[in-house]
Amino acid sequence: MLAAAAIHVPAIRYLAIMPVIVLLGGAILLLAFQSLLRGPMRLRMATVATVAISLAAFGLAWWQWADVEAHGPYTTIAHAVVTDGFSVLVTVLVSAVMALSAMVAEGYLAREGIEGGELHVLALVSASGAVLMAQANDLVIVFLGLEILSIALYVLSAYNHRRAESGEAGLKYFVLGGFSTAIFVYGIALTYGATGTTNLTQLADFLSRNVLIHDGLLLAGMALLLVGFAFKVAAVPFHMWTPDVYQGAPSPITGFMAAVAKAGGFAAFLRVFVSSFGVLRADWRPIIYVLAIVTLVVGAALAVVQRDIKRMLAYSSVNHAGFVLLGLQAASAVGVSSALYYLFAYGFMVVGSSAVVTVIGRHGDRDHDIAAYRGLARRQPLLALCFAVLLLAQAGVPFTTGFLAKLQVVVASVDGRSVPLAVVAMASAALAAFFYLRVTVLMYGPGPDAAPAPVGPGDPPLAVARRTRLNAALLLELAPVAVADQPQRAALAERVPVPALAAVAVGICVLVTVVLGVFPAPLVDFAHRATLLFVP
Amino acid sequence: MLHAAYLMALFPLAGFVVLVLAGRRLGDPWAGWVGTAAVSASFVVACLSLGSLWGEPATARHFVENYYTWIAVGHLQVHVGVLVDPLSMTMCMFVTGVSALIHLYSIGYMRRDSEFSKFFIYMNLFVFSMVVLVLSDNLLVTFVGWEGVGVCSYFLIAYWHERPTAASAGKKAFVYNRIGDAGFLIAMFLIFSKLKTLDMVTIFAHRASLGPDATTAAVLLLLLAATGKSAQIPLFNWLPDAMEGPTPVSALIHAATMVTAGVYLLCRMNPLLANSPDAMWVIAVIGGVTAFVAATIATSQQDIKKVLAFSTVSQIGYMTLAAGTGAYVAAIFLMVAHAFYKALLFLGAGSVIHGLHDEQDIKRMGGLARVLPWTYATFLVAWLAIAGIPPLSGFWAKGDVLDNAFRKSPALWALGVLTAVLTAYYMTRLFVVTFRGEARWATQRGGSHEPPHECPWVMRLPLVVLAVLAFAGGILGLPWVHRAGLGSWLGPVFGPALYDAREGAGLQVVLAVVDALAAVIGLGVAAWAWRAEVDRPTLEPQFLQRVWYWDDAYDALVGRPGQALARVASVVVESRIIDGAVNGVAEAVRASAAGVRRLQTGYVRNYALGITLGLAAVVAFVVSRVWWS
Repeated sequence: MLAAAAIHVPAIRYLAIMPVIVLLGGAILLLAFQSLLRGPMRLRMATVATVAISLAAFGLAWWQWADVEAHGPYTTIAHAVVTDGFSVLVTVLVSAVMALSAMVAEGYLAREGIEGGELHVLALVSASGAVLMAQANDLVIVFLGLEILSIALYVLSAYNHRRAESGEAGLKYFVLGGFSTAIFVYGIALTYGATGTTNLTQLADFLSRNVLIHDGLLLAGMALLLVGFAFKVAAVPFHMWTPDVYQGAPSPITGFMAAVAKAGGFAAFLRVFVSSFGVLRADWRPIIYVLAIVTLVVGAALAVVQRDIKRMLAYSSVNHAGFVLLGLQAASAVGVSSALYYLFAYGFMVVGSSAVVTVIGRHGDRDHDIAAYRGLARRQPLLALCFAVLLLAQAGVPFTTGFLAKLQVVVASVDGRSVPLAVVAMASAALAAFFYLRVTVLMYGPGPDAAPAPVGPGDPPLAVARRTRLNAALLLELAPVAVADQPQRAALAERVPVPALAAVAVGICVLVTVVLGVFPAPLVDFAHRATLLFVP
Repeated sequence: MLHAAYLMALFPLAGFVVLVLAGRRLGDPWAGWVGTAAVSASFVVACLSLGSLWGEPATARHFVENYYTWIAVGHLQVHVGVLVDPLSMTMCMFVTGVSALIHLYSIGYMRRDSEFSKFFIYMNLFVFSMVVLVLSDNLLVTFVGWEGVGVCSYFLIAYWHERPTAASAGKKAFVYNRIGDAGFLIAMFLIFSKLKTLDMVTIFAHRASLGPDATTAAVLLLLLAATGKSAQIPLFNWLPDAMEGPTPVSALIHAATMVTAGVYLLCRMNPLLANSPDAMWVIAVIGGVTAFVAATIATSQQDIKKVLAFSTVSQIGYMTLAAGTGAYVAAIFLMVAHAFYKALLFLGAGSVIHGLHDEQDIKRMGGLARVLPWTYATFLVAWLAIAGIPPLSGFWAKGDVLDNAFRKSPALWALGVLTAVLTAYYMTRLFVVTFRGEARWATQRGGSHEPPHECPWVMRLPLVVLAVLAFAGGILGLPWVHRAGLGSWLGPVFGPALYDAREGAGLQVVLAVVDALAAVIGLGVAAWAWRAEVDRPTLEPQFLQRVWYWDDAYDALVGRPGQALARVASVVVESRIIDGAVNGVAEAVRASAAGVRRLQTGYVRNYALGITLGLAAVVAFVVSRVWWS
């Protein structure tokens, strides 16, 4: 029997899966090479190799883009994998972020005295998973990509074995990730049960040809898938792992995770819901609507009260996820392109920010209290300026990509007749601006050695009023900072060493953020043409 | 050469950039020479362009060239381009020419100033902005130049910003000009909303579709802008205070060039003015009244520069009057002549102030004719020119304005002649008290005053050149060769909009004699009244010294209520309402976040519970959808 059953090998267009092959294959080669060495691999070598692999994937993505532009999007490997503008943009983003994160990680590993290049290998694997999620045209492939992405991230979170928090973060992420993956797989099963297919194109086809508007099984499957994705992109109330994991994970991984996991998760989320479940949009749009509002508000509000910069970035990433949900909620081509633009802009901003956080964290990856940023502008003006630009971009200040990103999702949301949602988003952006500005104000204020200026009794009323407002702006959270003990102050007043590659990475992130903010046409155009294979 | 007209703006801009980058290193006096060279190059380009334009037939002297599109949003297409015609070229000629002379003068005047190069940075930026203002073919770019000269004026008035008076004078000029600028902006909005363009040539071509009411409104708003920039009633008070700036600044910006920008704007927009006779009456009356009021005030001022400042306001009033009567050629004629003699007066005053070590009170001068011979001789020419003594330039230029006013309205003409008497009077007073009589400076301050010194040649040369121009400037527009002078040159620009009163020869002679008589009477009275005494309180009433209580009225009507409002805003609105709201929101966020934060326990089981509850809610929703359908 076995001999008689011919195995049907589907046709493969290798260009379509080349970026994944390069990333994953590169990771395996790098690992294999390391195992052949007698001692641990030289860090610089591993980094150079990783950056080269990422850049190869980056270049291949542009080749794919030319191909898609010339011949249109296509599916391959029995329609399980798709190459369209959408997937290409995510591939470009993920491979760029991968290269930047590797550059940041090098300095981190050297500082923490962690030998070997395994972190790079795991990150490459994770990145390949994110690319695969963007290219998946089958729920099973989505699942595969999700797991490749996630499992590597679980390990990466726990990578710094010298920090207890790191291990805790890895474990929490793993347990909760497993839980949500189970929900996701169950969703696939129910969807398959209702429609008889897991292929996204066929799913869309089936739903448009058969009236299954309120089939309980299908809707339950869709709900479970939605929850699975919502966990991955950290939408409230499925976000609770985020602060703990972001805080515990090694700082370069925090940025990588925020950029890549969100990009991969949202890519699949957008494709599955807008393309395949597009017919059911009346059923899922209200859910995303509520999810987006809760995510926006909780993310912004909780970020405001954080003292730990990494936890703050975690909640801010939750808030950003709320904005991307706006694009999803619009359930239109414009919504998808605005969400993509947002992810792209956010990816560079968060990698740059976490690179600065990595540097400021000092030996032991410990100094993440915002007090460490006091007076940074005096000590290291360039670093402070870069961080300020990245934070302000996240706040959505004009002439940065962050502004255009927020603008576009809000416009998409208004076009989708979800005006109240757009209003909530803008209000949350105002609230969010607050904590980005708080760090900026700290950096440009007096150093940690300066005593807080006393409010003189003879001050004119205006000055007093202004001080009261400033106090409100610093939200009392800072009051303890002023009385930090003397030795700690002295330590904080020292300049932190900035590794060259990390500096380059921060510089690239700032440049992308500002240049594409001032000359927005190329990226906006890219995002507009990066369409999904199919939008009903 | 016309295609290179942009070089006129580019040279001062280049000078500005060089001085910003290397000004401090160049230092005193090389930074000054760089600035002067840049502006002189601009003047050479202006001369060459003028030559090219002259070579064209009279009807073809109109070039528009666009360099690039600055803004392209829907209907709003803003090109950066130039409009070269006899009007803009005439302006460019005297702007760059007088600027070059005053830059040269400043090298001597600003000697040993602690921030020597900064002065020339602002001056070059000013010339650049002024050329942009004059050459632009588009209202928005004109406005850019308009604001550019405004901000340079502000910087230069407050140049010695350590002096509180200079700093507050700068602020005053800024605020008054903002009011006028608001008029300019609203006029632009109005024109754009009706015509969908800001391009001047297009506006003129389609002016008919603007409608009479909108035209009148637009012209009156432009007049508001002009009153701000050109220091006319009701916004003239800032100009006397602007004398806090260095004297070359007063000569260049607050006498010769910038303050005439308002009149230039009215002349430039002449096709719109022609469509609104009512607005033209308003312009004429404002000009005539300003000329008279400012002349009365000038009779009683003691500060040499303040006398000249009010004189400037008065002279620009004449120009506005001319623009209001449609006699644009007369307005430009007076503008050019005034640029020569008023710049000369200011530079002469600067020379006096320089010689007397920053003494500005004319009551402490006197008898300077012997010690400052060059200054004395050139000042003499300027005095006779502005007083309107034939055959100097002022006589012809003022005569042209008054002839046109006579035909338009004898009342305005009479006011103008009265102003002419006053002009001759206050200038003679200034001249006599400053240069004649006994040398009061020698006995002041305990006699320790070292003798005044004549200025160096870099300051004397501009004085001499300007004296020649002030003397002979009248040949630009002699009445009996009207068709060959400024009239035939500028005529085609204004076309049918130009009001050109050509009286019969007899009447013209009579009017000219009246002008000359007015000048002689004013001159004679002043020479007699001030021949010996310098303290004559009856001739300097408080009312005039306090500027008709104009500043006090503004202070009572606007200043104090404004301050009261600001105090309310600061104490009540700011500290209670706004801070209260901010603190309230912050407190609310903090409180609610503290509540939510309690959910963030750090236990995985709680997080999993959160996911489960979220899942339950989502499933409940879809179940409800199935249920209710």
